[in-house]
Amino acid sequence: MESESILVLDRCQSVNEDVLPMNKLCHGLHEFQYPQILQEATFCIIVRGARLGQTALSDAMKAGCIPVVLSDTYVMPFSDVLDWKRAAVILNEEDLDQIPSILTSISPAGISSMRKQVKFFWNHYFSSITAITMTTLKVINDRVFPYAATTYDEWNIPQPDPGVTSPLFLPLIPPRSQGFTAVILTYDRVDSLFKVIMEISQTPSLSKVLVVWNNQQKMPPPAAEWPKINKPLKVVQTKENKLSNRFYPYDEIETEAVLAIDDDIIMLTPDELEFGFEVWREFPDRLVGYPGRLHLYDEETGKWKYESEWTNDLSMVLTGAAFYHKYFSHLYTNSMPGNIKNWVDEHMNCEDIAMNFIVSNYTGKAPIKVTPRKKFKCPECTGEQIISADQSHMVERSECITRFADIYGRMPLQTVEFRADPVLYKDPFPEELKRFRDVGSL
Amino acid sequence: MQAKKRYILVTFSGVLLVLFYFGGLRILRNGNGHNVDQLSSLRSYLDHDDVHYDQDLHISPRQRRVARTNLYKNHKCRMETCFDFSLCKGDFKVYVYPTQEGEKVSEAYQKILASIRESRFYTSDPSKACVFVPSIDTLDRDHLSPDYVKNVPTKIKSLPLWNNGQNHVIFNLYSGTWPDYTELDLSFDQGQAILAKASLSFHNFRPKFDISIPLFPKDHPKKGGNRGDLQTNNFPIGRKYLLVFKGKRYLSGIGSETRNALFHIHNGQDIILLTTCKHGKSWEKYKDARCEQDNADFDKYDFHILLHNSTFCLVPRGRRLGSFRFLESLQAACIPVLLSNGWELPFSEVIDWNKASILGDERLLLQIPSIVRTIGNEEIMSLRQQTQFLWDTYFSSVDKIVMTTLEIIQDRVHKHLARDGFVWNRSPGALVMVPQYSENLASFPFYTSAIGVKPSQSFTAVVLATTPLVTQSVTFTKLLKSVAKSAHAAKILVLWNVDRPVPLKSKWPTLEVPLAVVDTETKMISSRFYPYDQIETDAVLSLDEDALLTTDEVDFAFSVWQSFADRIVGYPSRSHFWDEAKSKWGYTSKWTNDYSIVLTGAAFYHRYYNTLFSEYLPAKLRHRVDELGNCEDILMNFLVSHVIKLPPIKVTQRKIYKETMLQSTNPVRKTSEWLEPQHFNDRQTCMNEFANYFGYMPLVRSQMRLDPVLYKDMVSNLRKRYKQIELVDARPRTS
Repeated sequence: MESESILVLDRCQSVNEDVLPMNKLCHGLHEFQYPQILQEATFCIIVRGARLGQTALSDAMKAGCIPVVLSDTYVMPFSDVLDWKRAAVILNEEDLDQIPSILTSISPAGISSMRKQVKFFWNHYFSSITAITMTTLKVINDRVFPYAATTYDEWNIPQPDPGVTSPLFLPLIPPRSQGFTAVILTYDRVDSLFKVIMEISQTPSLSKVLVVWNNQQKMPPPAAEWPKINKPLKVVQTKENKLSNRFYPYDEIETEAVLAIDDDIIMLTPDELEFGFEVWREFPDRLVGYPGRLHLYDEETGKWKYESEWTNDLSMVLTGAAFYHKYFSHLYTNSMPGNIKNWVDEHMNCEDIAMNFIVSNYTGKAPIKVTPRKKFKCPECTGEQIISADQSHMVERSECITRFADIYGRMPLQTVEFRADPVLYKDPFPEELKRFRDVGSL
Repeated sequence: MQAKKRYILVTFSGVLLVLFYFGGLRILRNGNGHNVDQLSSLRSYLDHDDVHYDQDLHISPRQRRVARTNLYKNHKCRMETCFDFSLCKGDFKVYVYPTQEGEKVSEAYQKILASIRESRFYTSDPSKACVFVPSIDTLDRDHLSPDYVKNVPTKIKSLPLWNNGQNHVIFNLYSGTWPDYTELDLSFDQGQAILAKASLSFHNFRPKFDISIPLFPKDHPKKGGNRGDLQTNNFPIGRKYLLVFKGKRYLSGIGSETRNALFHIHNGQDIILLTTCKHGKSWEKYKDARCEQDNADFDKYDFHILLHNSTFCLVPRGRRLGSFRFLESLQAACIPVLLSNGWELPFSEVIDWNKASILGDERLLLQIPSIVRTIGNEEIMSLRQQTQFLWDTYFSSVDKIVMTTLEIIQDRVHKHLARDGFVWNRSPGALVMVPQYSENLASFPFYTSAIGVKPSQSFTAVVLATTPLVTQSVTFTKLLKSVAKSAHAAKILVLWNVDRPVPLKSKWPTLEVPLAVVDTETKMISSRFYPYDQIETDAVLSLDEDALLTTDEVDFAFSVWQSFADRIVGYPSRSHFWDEAKSKWGYTSKWTNDYSIVLTGAAFYHRYYNTLFSEYLPAKLRHRVDELGNCEDILMNFLVSHVIKLPPIKVTQRKIYKETMLQSTNPVRKTSEWLEPQHFNDRQTCMNEFANYFGYMPLVRSQMRLDPVLYKDMVSNLRKRYKQIELVDARPRTS
């Protein structure tokens, strides 16, 4: 099995058998510095000696060389918890002759991930007597408290790990029957609020309306004045006028799906809302909204920029009306990194960007934009005010993106080029046979 | 041979380091965090003792094995000592002995044997087999049981290839009997056979040799199996009860202490632990002071209501270590709290039970309530989802239990291809991971976000050519050109499925990307999904020769596929429905508000599905598709939805694809095979045959289509990236 790519090392045929220099090994007459030579190899084959375990395993790991272990019945160190399949090639002693073909079949990507794993194992569990002792104690600790044991991922996945697994990882399309809870944050626009309530109550899958009364100076209108709708309606009063109250995981939300909706969003049709809910069911771990927005990197300033409308891409959806899983309310409230939450509350802006960030950060996935809608019109605003308000608004939102990306230490947002429409949207097909007809205004 | 091996070993026996350079030098020299400083700072752990020769090394592994076996008999079997790997040099194959006439085989064992015989591991030729499974029913070795088979010792011994059980697998659910339920009392000598057994204890379990399987009921479905009960992931979970149990109490004898003590933590509010003394003939003789009250409480609650309204379910040992409660709670997404000291949990070699259950200690029963109360809502959500993943993947049918057992053995046999704990414990699980495909997780479609990689930035178009003169067709040439114009196209592969020689090179259009033609071996329809070596990209764009696509459509669909690398992303769609009147599955090509199939005449999918189609599915399904010359796309959709449990994705298309077009705009046209009623009927038949094979209907419906962000918006076309998709083409060509 010798060939150019294989080097077999043995002790040197030195003069004196008793004083073997341990820093030299030989191949024939060639001398090699040991263990330095190991760093030049991809794989180090470690065959059993007098004992099953070999110190050469430590030498190889320390040198970042992937161990190929041939030692029948050997129990690899810490094999209780460490998954050696990720870091070593373990073969039967009898498979010696197959080594070249097995090793050459491993792809460069496979080699690189194994090397990373070898280094990770070495640094964390083997590099010193302290590390070995602590690992041993940790293994015992896990046995004594199995319900609080270190997980497989914690033991075996090198940190920091660039990957993410969605907290809602089970491939599941939740049933339609549970419906969704509409959460409306309001301050004092009672008329508009009532209109919104009337509008959304037409949506078949709405199961409850929860009004978050964010005005501490004023009491909500008496029960008799509220619109009469055929769905339960509840009002919660907050202690402080904070923007983050809209994303609080209220006990009153009994469904998985939450529709966050502003008290002035009256333009969404029941078909649009119902379709949004249907799309959310297919993507329960994503934000599902209507107008999409985009982040772009500005090479000149070295900062992130916020883009709205008429782009071919999107990486965020506005939460003026968006569906999301209640779990993300919990994340927003309890696991928001840095001071993002306070910053949002102080500036009364960017809560939607913060929500897009945290969801994409936990799932690695982009939001889903449904229907062509490009913006939520603000009926009371007049032309000129909008423009100037828009400009300063855009600047502030660009700053938010840059600030949040700094806090996360990376840009979690994901860009996509698609939106979701009903299957037969704009198809030449009789409208009355389409399930979602009233969809499509901008 | 033997001499040569010894020679190699002796040569190595000093330190025995063989360095394998394969490409490694390059990687290192390109500077991979190594530098001279580090080189010089390395000190070896080697010392003089390590280099001393040892006599043991002059013995071959085989000789060592014999010596060891003689010493420990069969009690300390390990794969290296009791299993003959030399039978497993090729593919992993399993032989099942033919069932003898008149042999009594229980329904459960029949299901096990049938699962193996229908699997891709099965061989009818014992000389090709790595593992052997007797057809003698060894499931129930409790001689008081009606399913107990007599004369097993003689029957086993007379198996022609038994060889003291070497490379054999013995399945068993029950061993021993009242009163002491001796675990290893199979009433025959299993020798060196691997025991795949329920209720195994640490004490008798031979690690990495025996396999602990779950105790499953007689009526456990053979295939398919019911899905887990978790349909919603409400947060927080908000179930009425925290911890429940309802079961028999044994007043005396083995295993009685655990259940007899449960009343200590029952609180009648959120912890409901109910036992009954009323079972067996003579319970009244042994009954204790609590029996009256316990029996009364027991009847107040319905087990299934408890199961579906509790966060945790207690799974205490019964007479034996494993109990039915385990699978029941797993299915019900009621997190199992195990109280069964010494029980080797099912498939513990590969399944990380910490992710789906709570391990309690029988001796510390009183701690259980506080332990389960400390588990937070996030962890509960994760544990519950994991119970469902495990149930659906490894436990919900006899077939899955058997396949998991065989895959575990395969991992031991093909050690270098073994799947790690990451793969086994994460959706879609190890049963759909063909290890021969790649050792690199990034080349599978399932883990892109979990390991932080992006699928490849280019695709290979695979065009199926079925008509001899296709190279003269305008449509075909146009298709190749449109595809080749895509910036993401890496290669076009034409599968020459025509019984004529491949046209000369000059007959093919000149394209911006390489064009390769494969003269397919079989000329059968299933060859379109063969994993050709020429496909080097993750993404495959599968095309019919007469597909009508523009470059924009191709580019947009590819961009969508990059976000959904595990799904089929295509243009025309179809639906399935349950036909109540005929009580079977129906197939429709009508325009509907939802779909569950995307036709593969024009669709992107991950090339791994070619491997699954050609190597994971049993040959009989591919033969069926070839025989009909139809349904290959339906089978591919079944396969992908079976693996990922999600629907395919339809993207918008400019032109109307042939089948739809012909049926909706030109119903009199008769030339297309798609119009023939036979063709349609075959597709209906396929739906039912495939559903029957999978044991359930894997297709999932979707109600949305993905369009470019600015699709058909009232804005200048110049702003739009995918302009061609909207250009109205008055009449699609039909050549």
